[in-house]
Amino acid sequence: MSLPKPFQDVINAFSRLPGIGPKTASRLTFYLWRSPQELSLELAHALLALKTETSVCPRCFFLMASGQGVCEICADSERQRDVLCVVEEALDVIALERSGVYRGLYHVLQGVLSPIEGVGPQDLRIAELLQRLEREAFQEVILATNPSLEGEATAMYLKQRLQGYGVKVTRLARGLPVGGDLEYADPNTLLRALLGRQEMGGEG
Amino acid sequence: MKDRQRTFRVEGVVLRHLDWGEADRLVMLFARDRGKLQALAKGVRKARSRKAGHLEPFNRVSLLLARGRDLPLITQAETLTSYPVFHEDLLRMGYGAYVLELIDRFAVEGEANVALYQLLVETLERLGCSSEPFFELRYFEVKLLDQVGFRPEFFRCVVCNESIQPRDQFFSCELGGAVCPNCAVGQRALRPVSMQALKYLRHFQRSSYVEARRAKIPLPILEEMESLLGLYVQTLLERNLNTLQFIRSISQLSRLQVTPPTKDS
Repeated sequence: MSLPKPFQDVINAFSRLPGIGPKTASRLTFYLWRSPQELSLELAHALLALKTETSVCPRCFFLMASGQGVCEICADSERQRDVLCVVEEALDVIALERSGVYRGLYHVLQGVLSPIEGVGPQDLRIAELLQRLEREAFQEVILATNPSLEGEATAMYLKQRLQGYGVKVTRLARGLPVGGDLEYADPNTLLRALLGRQEMGGEG
Repeated sequence: MKDRQRTFRVEGVVLRHLDWGEADRLVMLFARDRGKLQALAKGVRKARSRKAGHLEPFNRVSLLLARGRDLPLITQAETLTSYPVFHEDLLRMGYGAYVLELIDRFAVEGEANVALYQLLVETLERLGCSSEPFFELRYFEVKLLDQVGFRPEFFRCVVCNESIQPRDQFFSCELGGAVCPNCAVGQRALRPVSMQALKYLRHFQRSSYVEARRAKIPLPILEEMESLLGLYVQTLLERNLNTLQFIRSISQLSRLQVTPPTKDS
């Protein structure tokens, strides 16, 4: 005995999503079936718009609504145009924006170098980054890739490539997390935290 | 029975990891007493995780694992040795990752191989302090092939079983050994191998590291050994190695660096 085809289709569609197994997929499907039709309609429209009404900024590769020339950040005239922050993924931009401190521009690499996965420089938006450096007048490039092996590899690679462009290249500091515990810190983190220690007082 | 305990301790080297679920990671480890092993590290992608820093590739770690429903969970992690050199130099990271990838591809899950583990740890140490990684890598490849049961035959012709004479020979990846010029006629997919390269490959197979290290191998011969072993390894694995691709693209960069696009530097 099997469910009517529309049910099965929705279940199959759900179970293709990460983290959703066949049981969760059927539960979600039945929930939608029992709920008012507006819910399904809203969901359907939202899903459709996700692909048709968004695109990637041609300059910094952050996400934007389609039809615009560049993304909101690139278009914002209030922002500093001489600092560029290089990140792995669009979600990292959101995280940095949440801190509210950074007012410069971004460049999303759309990935990270990985010797183990065989991801090389040609797979990332590095050529585009170098083009930007030639066209736009940046004073400083902040390498804000993750402090993981892959993120480090990417930062090292970029540092080498950026030599000769006449920009200051900086890297996000590494050290102990807020609310962390020295006792559990790994040697590498402790080393970085010690090397990057700062005099107390002032803004800290 | 030891295996029925809820928690157990392992020592191993982190080979790679994979993002899993919301903030978890699946860690692939080569454990001293358990061979290749997968374990789940919960919440390590959060900034406050106590374990994350310990579970980066190349680290030799001591872990406390709890038996989970299917995968063991990592409950405690402590670094025994970290090799910062692999994090500081791109090419060296590539070479180190090549060693990890070979172990990952050849080792079997749940099958302990203490000698192979020793070889891995020693190779990482040596790559860390040696300025010349090529020797270390070739020695590693030869010993790895010994350990995993793919020792290439360099002493006798794999076709006629006669002792190899001191002259240039051929090598067959498919047959896994040297082929003498007499038997080479009509064989498919052979590549020539010089007497010199063969001599050093045999030397590596028979010798301890200290003995092998004494050999002064000319660079062209090392390069010949590299391409021969690389081809043999990739034939055995029936695939290209990710790390070799990475090393290639990074070495292109160092060549690029000779003529940087200078504005003012």
